[in-house]
This record gives sequence, C-alpha cells and structure tokens, in this order.
Amino acid sequence: MGSLPADFGGRILFILQKYGPSLLNGALTTLIIAVVGTFIGCIIGFIVGIIQTIPVEKNDSIIKKAVLWVVRLILNIYVEVFRGTPMMVQAVFIYYGSLTVFGINMSMWFAAFFIVSINTGAYMAETVRGGILSIDIGQTEGAKAIGMNHYQTMTSVILPQALRNIMPQIGNNLIINIKDTCVLSTIGTVELFFASKSVAGTYYTFFETYTVTMAMYLIMTIFFAWLLRVMEKRMDGPKSYDLATKDTLAHTSGMIRFPGRKWGERK
Amino acid sequence: MSGPILEVKHLSKKFGDNTVLRDIDFSVYPGDVTCIIGASGSGKSTLLRCINLLETPTSGEVLFHGTDITGRNFNVPAYRAKVGMVFQSFNLFNNMTVLQNCMVGMRKVLKIDKETAMQKALSYLDKVGMSPFINAKPRQISGGQKQRVAIARALAMEPEVLLFDEPTSALDPQMVGEVLSVMRDLAKEGLTMLIVTHEMAFARDVSSRVVFMHNGVIFEEGTPEQIFGNPQKQETKDFLARFRQG
Repeated sequence: MGSLPADFGGRILFILQKYGPSLLNGALTTLIIAVVGTFIGCIIGFIVGIIQTIPVEKNDSIIKKAVLWVVRLILNIYVEVFRGTPMMVQAVFIYYGSLTVFGINMSMWFAAFFIVSINTGAYMAETVRGGILSIDIGQTEGAKAIGMNHYQTMTSVILPQALRNIMPQIGNNLIINIKDTCVLSTIGTVELFFASKSVAGTYYTFFETYTVTMAMYLIMTIFFAWLLRVMEKRMDGPKSYDLATKDTLAHTSGMIRFPGRKWGERK
Repeated sequence: MSGPILEVKHLSKKFGDNTVLRDIDFSVYPGDVTCIIGASGSGKSTLLRCINLLETPTSGEVLFHGTDITGRNFNVPAYRAKVGMVFQSFNLFNNMTVLQNCMVGMRKVLKIDKETAMQKALSYLDKVGMSPFINAKPRQISGGQKQRVAIARALAMEPEVLLFDEPTSALDPQMVGEVLSVMRDLAKEGLTMLIVTHEMAFARDVSSRVVFMHNGVIFEEGTPEQIFGNPQKQETKDFLARFRQG
C-alpha cells in the first residue's frame, strides 16, 4: 500500500493511478446499462405508445374493441406502476423478490438491463404517445388519401416524424439513465457509484474520489447530449437542396442529374 | 355506355345536432369536371370528405361503380387509392423529399417496383413543373409548389377521379395562378375531377358542370353557362353577386 500524498491534487493523481481502472470499469458498466436500457426502453415505449394510439372506429368488431380495451388496461397499469414508484425500490423489489418468491436468481446484468429498460419504457410510452399525437392530422389524412392502411401510415409517415420530435426526450432519458443507474448499487451492480464507494472507503478520500466520479459522470452525459444533437441534425437532412436537370452542361454548376434509368441518361 | 364512377344518394352528415349535409344526390361520370361552389360552411368540404370517407356519412350511400363504400366489408384503402384527394393544406409528408412523396403511394400501396415508380413520379412531377425540385423537403418549397407536388402525388396513383378540396385557398394570388393552370391542363386531358373551389372564373371556364351548395343542400346545378349566366334561384344570384362586385 502506497502512502497517501498530502495535497488535494496529489491525492487525485494517486487515486487515478491506483484506482483509475476500477473506476473506468464502473463507468463502462454504467454506460452499457444506460445505453442498452434506454434502447430497449425506447422499443417498449414505442410498442406501448403505438398500441395506445390505435384508432377504434364505430364499426370495428366487438372482439377487436374488447382485446384492445384489456391490453390497454394492462399497459396503463404497467405505466402507472413503474412511473409511480422509485427505481431503487423497484430494483430491490424485483431482484430480491424474484429470488425469494420465485427462486429465480437473476444475473446482475440481466437484473440491471431489465429494471432500467422497463422503467424507461414506462416513461417513453407516454412520450411516444405524445409524439404521435403531436403530428398534424393532415399527415394522416394525406396518407389515407393515397390508400395507405393504418400500419403503412404509421411506419412510413407518422412514426418517422414522431421519432424526430421525441429525440430530445430520448436524450433526456438517456442522461437520466446514466445518472440513475447508481441506484443499482443497492442490488450489487458494480457501476461507477459502487466502484467509487469502494475506492473512497479504502483511504477515506471521499472528496477526492467523488471529484473524479463527478467528472466521469459529467463527461459521459455531455458526450451523449452532443451525440444526440448530431443525430437530430442528421435526421433533419441537408438544409439546402440541389435542383435536377437534364442539361448535362449545367451539372458543372452544381445542378444534379435525375435519378433512374430513363431520366438519368445523358441526352 | 359507361355508368357513373360515383353516385351519391340521399347523403346526410351530422356533427352532433348540427346537420352539415342533408339529402345530397349527385353523380360523377367519367370525364366530368364538376365544380362545387358555395359560401364557407355550406358543406362543400364535408361532402368531399364524406366521398373519401375521411368523414363517415350519417345516412345515405355513396356508390363507387355501384358498390356502397360505407359497407362493412368494403376495402377502404383500395378505394382511396382509386379516388385521389388534394387538400387545402397540401398535407405533403414532411419526412420525405418531393420525389419520395410521389413514390411512396406507388411503392407501398400499389406495390410498383422502384424504377417504374421513380419514372412515373418524375413524369408527373414534370407535368406540374416540379421535377427539378425532387430533392427538396416540403418545408423548403413555397405553397404553390407544395400544392403542385401534392397534385403530382395524387396523379401518380392514377386515380379514376381526383377530388380537390379548396386547393388554392391557402395560396397568394400568384401561386393560385400556377396551381390553376396545372388543373386546367388536367381538365383538358379529360381527367375526372370533383373540385370544391372559390375561384369562380376557373369554375366557369373549366367545369362541365357546376353545383351550388347552400346550407348543406344542393341548391342548384347545371352547366357553367346556366349557373353563371342565368341562375334560377335567388340564393345563387346573391352568392354570385358578391363575386361580381369586386
């Protein structure tokens, strides 16, 4: 065991040298759980949000109406329960509950992914529903008017626009998840907060260790905030467009060729 | 002999207690260019939306080649693919380029292969003078351009009849001109059209038949010469007088 330097900066360097790898490992675990959890959560959110916005019309069959009613009831209960209770309590409840009641010994990773996903899903369900409802009814009518069914309208027209509109909220959820995975330390997940606790406890260097920890969380959240902005820009597509022409001489001045065989050929 | 494409019989539509359409009867034959005129709130747009089933009629029937479109097992999407619609607010798909807007219906609904769909989309865009703009997104072009793309999108489905719901009402006068000239060309080519419009000169010049609606009923109908030259009912005269003053 090396001796602890007396000054603040020295102690931080000491921690980085000695425990840097274990903190980085913790950060990596945090990152994987947050990213995978948010991704699966978004999928859950989309499925729930889509089911919640299926239109019911007067002359739909009674079976469709009944099935939809039951499914929606279950989904509403899911959303309310998981939005309305703390993730830390859910983690303990599910992890230890499944062990004592059902005898299922979840692996640490499975439990972590499961809890974060199902939690994010509950929030995303409402976000997706809002995203779908925010799209102008004219988009739906335009799609219906060229003969698209509900499924085609959703996949080709509504969901791509809804996804773009809820990107900021997805970013929010990802950042919240990066921070909130620390509650998984209660079920023994060795993420960044758990790793920091161990390091801080060894030398009683709480302030120094958590300075490093804070910086690591901040770097992760700022990076993902930036990444999502970049993704939003990409989804928006180019700000300007080039005009197409058959005049090949004009192609040198920035105009573009028509796509396809017949229109694209040289004349 | 070719029968009517569309037959509207005793059609009524209520929103709650408010009767918007009552006992509407008329037919659309191949090649007809029918203009529906009348004051705002007279039910013109609702009639068009009932024909395309964007609104469900309260009673009465709409027959498409003799089949009731409000029937339980009627394939509504397939019907809508054959009866195109152009909206006042364009309703272009904001997540697609001009070209994609015109191709998506052919690709997804008609299951036409990509190359053919692209050729058709380009030729219809060329027809409305919008082919150079294939890569533009709807938010990047003007209202008149949007409406011309919307017409190309509807034409690309090769509909039997095309419904226009006040296609120029959201446009400034210059853009109105460019959209109307496209519609004039379509009328000359013999496309069957049913047009709700406030453009009286256009209705007079282009249509084969004019329908005047007032308070949810068809008040008077006839050739443009009859309606504009020699209207029989007082309401028709009053309505048209407002346009003559300006």
